[in-house]
Amino acid sequence: MNIENLGFETINLGHGSGGELTRNLLDKIIFKTFSNPYLDQKHDGSIVQIDGKMAISTDSFVITPIFFKGGDIGALAVHGTVNDVAMCGAIPKYLSLAFIIEEGMKVSEFVQVVESVKKAADKSGVLIITGDTKVVERGKGDKIFINTTGFGAMHPKANISVQNINEGDVILVNGFIAQHGMAIMSEREGLEFESTIESDSTNLNYLVNDLLDEFGDKIKLFRDPTRGGLGTVLHELANDVSVGVDLKEIDIPLEKQVAAACEMLGLDPMYVANEGVFLTVVDASIKYEVLVLMQNHSKGKNAAIIGEITDEHPNKVVMQSLIGGKRIVSPLVGEQLPRIC
Amino acid sequence: MKYLSEYRNLEATKTLLNELHKITTKPWNIMEICGGQTHGLVKNGILELLPENVRMIHGPGCPVCVTPLNLIDKAIELLEQGVIVCSFGDMIRVPGSKKSLLEAKALGGDLRILYSPIEAVSIAKNNPDKEVVFFAVGFETTAPANALSVLHAEKEGVENYSILVSHVLVPPAMEAILDDELCTIDGFLAAGHVCAIMGIQEYYPLVEKYKIPMVVTGFEPLDLVQGIYMTVKQLEAGKYKLENQYARAVKEEGNTSAINVIKTIFEVGSREWRGIGEIPNSGYVLKEAYKKYDAETKFGIENIKVPENSKCIAGEILRGIKKPHDCSEFGKTCKPSNPLGAPMVSSEGACAAYYHFSNNTI
Repeated sequence: MNIENLGFETINLGHGSGGELTRNLLDKIIFKTFSNPYLDQKHDGSIVQIDGKMAISTDSFVITPIFFKGGDIGALAVHGTVNDVAMCGAIPKYLSLAFIIEEGMKVSEFVQVVESVKKAADKSGVLIITGDTKVVERGKGDKIFINTTGFGAMHPKANISVQNINEGDVILVNGFIAQHGMAIMSEREGLEFESTIESDSTNLNYLVNDLLDEFGDKIKLFRDPTRGGLGTVLHELANDVSVGVDLKEIDIPLEKQVAAACEMLGLDPMYVANEGVFLTVVDASIKYEVLVLMQNHSKGKNAAIIGEITDEHPNKVVMQSLIGGKRIVSPLVGEQLPRIC
Repeated sequence: MKYLSEYRNLEATKTLLNELHKITTKPWNIMEICGGQTHGLVKNGILELLPENVRMIHGPGCPVCVTPLNLIDKAIELLEQGVIVCSFGDMIRVPGSKKSLLEAKALGGDLRILYSPIEAVSIAKNNPDKEVVFFAVGFETTAPANALSVLHAEKEGVENYSILVSHVLVPPAMEAILDDELCTIDGFLAAGHVCAIMGIQEYYPLVEKYKIPMVVTGFEPLDLVQGIYMTVKQLEAGKYKLENQYARAVKEEGNTSAINVIKTIFEVGSREWRGIGEIPNSGYVLKEAYKKYDAETKFGIENIKVPENSKCIAGEILRGIKKPHDCSEFGKTCKPSNPLGAPMVSSEGACAAYYHFSNNTI
């Protein structure tokens, strides 16, 4: 998009007033970028057809910095919600898109975010069908906040529920954990460190779809361990179903540079955020087939079997350490804080 | 990264554990001084792999845990006065008498989490109309960087920077623990990082005076098991001497340039320890020539004093007299989400380490 022809360089309160400036912003940037038959009607909302059961999920994105290695807030806002819909066992179709912009944001940055949303939406196979743009006074936002709501049609073979989980079921993840959180951490003010760690932010819907096509209701659960990381999600799982989870530290995929960064900052990768990771709980009979399917997919090259469901120690996640000792994996409380020394 | 994989070697650790089981014939109480060691022992499940006769007692070496309550209240007071307060991460959730730094931030305080105090000097330079204070807590390990920040501010002529000092020293704390009549400790794992800075010479007199074995120990699983093994070997042979398991990082004389930086701006003085009380000559205070960088005098907050929470047994935990689950509040009213005392906050704190990782507690 040629931003020089837009006629404004920064976004001001007028762009959220609903008047001429708002129309200008919407026509020249939003509608132009996301043009599709639903949005082009420029109605108060969109009318769409989804047959059968539907999955809906909403999420708000408030990340600092908004641009980071491996992604930005725009791509994240699409991937996050697309993945949440996919985790329900659904095929994401439509997204709503709402911006809250802090006055003074450069148009060039806003356009960059919008174009990133478009690219991620195209890649995920979803259409932006409705949205909103508000501008708040300087100091009342953090450049830009985004909310997206996703709508998906349930996969005909999906039967995703924690209630289906039994003793002996196997837990897999699709790849390296803790990439996103450490990428953000490396760029945060006051904590910067040199690394080439990239966020893993990506859409997982096609891999999830392939797994459901192939294995149907033998897939018991999908979860994406975003905030709180793998440790927190597994702990929730154990408590929701009153089962135990056994893990082996050695099996958890962790890239060397990320492991080193966690070590340096005193952070536990089990609690670091992910944006392109999901775990799945599957019937033990299909564990290797699931693993092979995942490893042959571009979003699952580093997939691994990390543990299993057990009747022993209900509500607890127990991890066997590299040297054979055992420890409880408890949920994260508040934000993980870098240690003193 | 070579050290990490080498010192987490399963086979080597197992072999050493077997040896430890073989040589242990009597019950021994060994205190690991450093919170990082406590964390390593619990996180790697080492405690359950030790012989029954070897009981680890968790020492006072968690900087967050020993920082007195009134220092936190002082930092909060500074935030409320409009000062930019910079802190290491795990200090911010520790409860003060009324609230934590994190809660004070939510109420409008300008709190910054940093890894390096040098960064705080840059913040001061970039905010010339504001006062900036670094919350300088920790043992000998963090003292050089904190001292360096003051020298840096002096060199750059940054007038709006000062530090809120709560530096404590390991050897006086060990003496205070050994002098306690309830003390049951037979041997020590001395703190590897502290010794990497300060060297090991100041520990010889302690070994002689108290006739107690000490092994300077690292933090990886193999380090910890080896440190325990070396201590038990001495105890079983009726010997007491200072040994250095962590020789790959710790030199006899320490890091002399770091020590020089410390000595330039700090001198040894009396310090209050959370849960233990005042210990003479147990910490660093700013030298007279650097008093203008002392946030306490600069902002007139020397007199803030508050009593500790009476239900929290942090003092006994830090002296190794009690274990976290000897506390009636542990895991009940006191949890990481609602800590009564500092040992439940820091990941190096004995209570938090037990709460998070240990099988015995839940």
